[in-house]
Amino acid sequence: MSEQETTGHEWDGIRELNTPLPRWWLWTFYLTILWGIGYCIAYPAIPLVTGNTAGLLGYSSRAELEQTMAMVADERREIIERIASSDLATIRGDEELAQFAIAGGAAAFRVHCSQCHGSGAVGSVGYPNLNDDDWIWGGSLEEIHQTISAGVRDEANDDSRFSEMPAFGADGILEAADIRDVTAHLLALGGREPVTGDANFGSEIYAEQCEVCHGEGGEGMRDLGAPALADAIWLYGSDPDSIMAQVRQPSHGVMPAWGARLGDTVVKQLTLYVHSLGGGE
Amino acid sequence: MTQAGEPELHEVSAVEHHRKGPLYAPRVRIHPKRVRGAFRRLKWWIMAVTLAIYYVTPWLRWDRGPHVSDQAVLVDLANRRFFFFFIEIWPHEFYYVAGLLIMAGIGLFLVTSTVGRAWCGYACPQTVWVDLFLVIERFFEGDRNARVRLDAAPWSANKLRRRGAKHAVWLLIAVSTGGAWIFYFADAPRLAVDLVRGEAPGIAYATIAVLTATTYVLGGLLREQVCIYMCPWPRIQGAMLDENSLTVSYNDWRGEPRGRHLRRNREDDGPRGDCVDCNACVAVCPMGIDIRDGQQFECITCALCIDACNGVMERIGRPGGLISYATLSDYNANMALARGPDGEIDPGRTRAPDGGLADGVRRFSWRIVLRPRTLGYAGVWCAIGIVMLGLLATRDRLELHVVHDRNPLFVRLSDGSIRNGYTIKVLNMQTEPREVTLTIEGLPGARLRLAGATGEPSPSLTFSAAPDALKTAKVYVHLSRADLPGSHSGFHFLAEARDDGEVAAREAVFESPRRDSG
Repeated sequence: MSEQETTGHEWDGIRELNTPLPRWWLWTFYLTILWGIGYCIAYPAIPLVTGNTAGLLGYSSRAELEQTMAMVADERREIIERIASSDLATIRGDEELAQFAIAGGAAAFRVHCSQCHGSGAVGSVGYPNLNDDDWIWGGSLEEIHQTISAGVRDEANDDSRFSEMPAFGADGILEAADIRDVTAHLLALGGREPVTGDANFGSEIYAEQCEVCHGEGGEGMRDLGAPALADAIWLYGSDPDSIMAQVRQPSHGVMPAWGARLGDTVVKQLTLYVHSLGGGE
Repeated sequence: MTQAGEPELHEVSAVEHHRKGPLYAPRVRIHPKRVRGAFRRLKWWIMAVTLAIYYVTPWLRWDRGPHVSDQAVLVDLANRRFFFFFIEIWPHEFYYVAGLLIMAGIGLFLVTSTVGRAWCGYACPQTVWVDLFLVIERFFEGDRNARVRLDAAPWSANKLRRRGAKHAVWLLIAVSTGGAWIFYFADAPRLAVDLVRGEAPGIAYATIAVLTATTYVLGGLLREQVCIYMCPWPRIQGAMLDENSLTVSYNDWRGEPRGRHLRRNREDDGPRGDCVDCNACVAVCPMGIDIRDGQQFECITCALCIDACNGVMERIGRPGGLISYATLSDYNANMALARGPDGEIDPGRTRAPDGGLADGVRRFSWRIVLRPRTLGYAGVWCAIGIVMLGLLATRDRLELHVVHDRNPLFVRLSDGSIRNGYTIKVLNMQTEPREVTLTIEGLPGARLRLAGATGEPSPSLTFSAAPDALKTAKVYVHLSRADLPGSHSGFHFLAEARDDGEVAAREAVFESPRRDSG
């Protein structure tokens, strides 16, 4: 080592040896500088007061995003047209179409429907759970499509699903004791203890007042949007107080008509999605 | 010209030796001289074998049935599979590759601690391709002296022709190097046709272009600069080598004092070592060093200087091995033997009366290879290999994965029963299609239904799993009100392949509302 030249630098007796770097490495370094300058000229690089230099190539990540989105839209155009021109059963029978429609429907559901029905479509009190097998207005593809498209009790839409249950308590049709008895009958229908009153009296009142819409055994009637009363699913609560409140003065859910807002293709995709959640008929 | 019995003398000095001057040194071109000998022959063979492996491997076929590729070695990035003869690896089995890499690392330790930088000198692609490029250079421009002259000569038609031809063939080799690489990543025969027709994917052409450039630049133009300035391996040799590792060594103890004009000196100036200072070792060195300066990190231990020196020793009637593979401990012992009382090397002390080497001189013994360190490396290497083979022999070819629906966790149905949704993934890692039966264990009364299917839930589901593919299915598990176990109950999904009875199990949880909320 003693024969090797030093740079002349010395710190506390430690001398810096001069081991020359190969010149090609120096050129490589200069080349990277040149590349950097070229890059700054070609691409957006230098921040200015209100913006930045645009670069000679005119590149922008926003424009690239738009291009990508346009490309994606282009790629989807054909399959979306096929969905638009096919009926629901055909879409469901075609694996590719169904997969696309369900994915598209899921995305649309999160934007337009999850506010009331929840992101997992489980609903809450007054907003039906779409995963189960209990359908107020019907769970076939056509029925779901009609419900989404025209809405429920949407005054602005003539085709909207519409029904109204009388306010048996508030309008004085039934006495408070009668309501308790009817509720007792409903509890018995579902296999529960009729704790609120006399189920036998209740069944007579039920036959007079309720059976027309809700059916003899409480099986409900979908044409009228009259829910089944003998099952385990209660839209406004299954405890006796909630049932009595609903008989006294019923709440009625409203859903806007989506057909005109979203267009039929999106509604079709939503239909496929809702139908795929596990309860579709 | 040189007469028999007298060595040719080379006017050459080591390029990588006593550099002085500015901070940035211009490169001094190295013109390695051609050499013949045992190590050169070994290197030709290794070059032929490694290049053959590289170029031929993608074209080997291996029958795996009609459903998957029949390429023996294939890195199928698009489908995320790796095929190696009878082994197929899925992405989640990548730990085999990690194990191989660890074995490669320990193998490198083992080789280095035993025979020094044998990887650098014989098997490293940089060395192999530089050797190949040197053959081409020698073919068009002649051996060392002719190349030195050509370098110095002004541009002429002759120089242009020779240089042009050399670079053209270099580029050809570079293109075929890059061209061979891509065949490992796609079906080789089909890709070859597509490549010629211009229908291959852009990435194939880009890869060829990049590898052509790197091969040409690193193997043809930069050569020894790669080993000296770019490769990290020479820098960590110190940790790998010990005093019992074999390195290419110049044996001062019999070479010094060196001197030219052998005959006259021997008579005139008293004792002379065996080194006739012919510089043959420097002339053949592809790294441009003088091995007589001692161990240097530039030395890739290609052993060509040994061949060169042995040729000279043979010619002057001395035993070979003036430059040899030697361990530091042997070298030190021989140095101690050779030094006289004054500390100067006296070649007479290591020389036998008959002209051979004295009895006390330590020579290479294979026993040095078997020492605790190398045995330790070999043991670890073998252990990892055996564990990997064991894992390979007993690994699953059917796997089941289960993802519980997050939202909703459960759904109450109109009859009061509870439904949970699961996404089931069945990995059929065999190359044949299989019928798989899905059942449930540990959840009495549970029934299964495939999402979208009509009909009542049943205790088991059967579906077909495509060969070498992942089957994804959404299934529902139903439990009637009477069978509900509690709010949170663990159980197992079992997938059983019908043909060979292989079973894959996966733990899952059934969620239901608390009883009191019922």
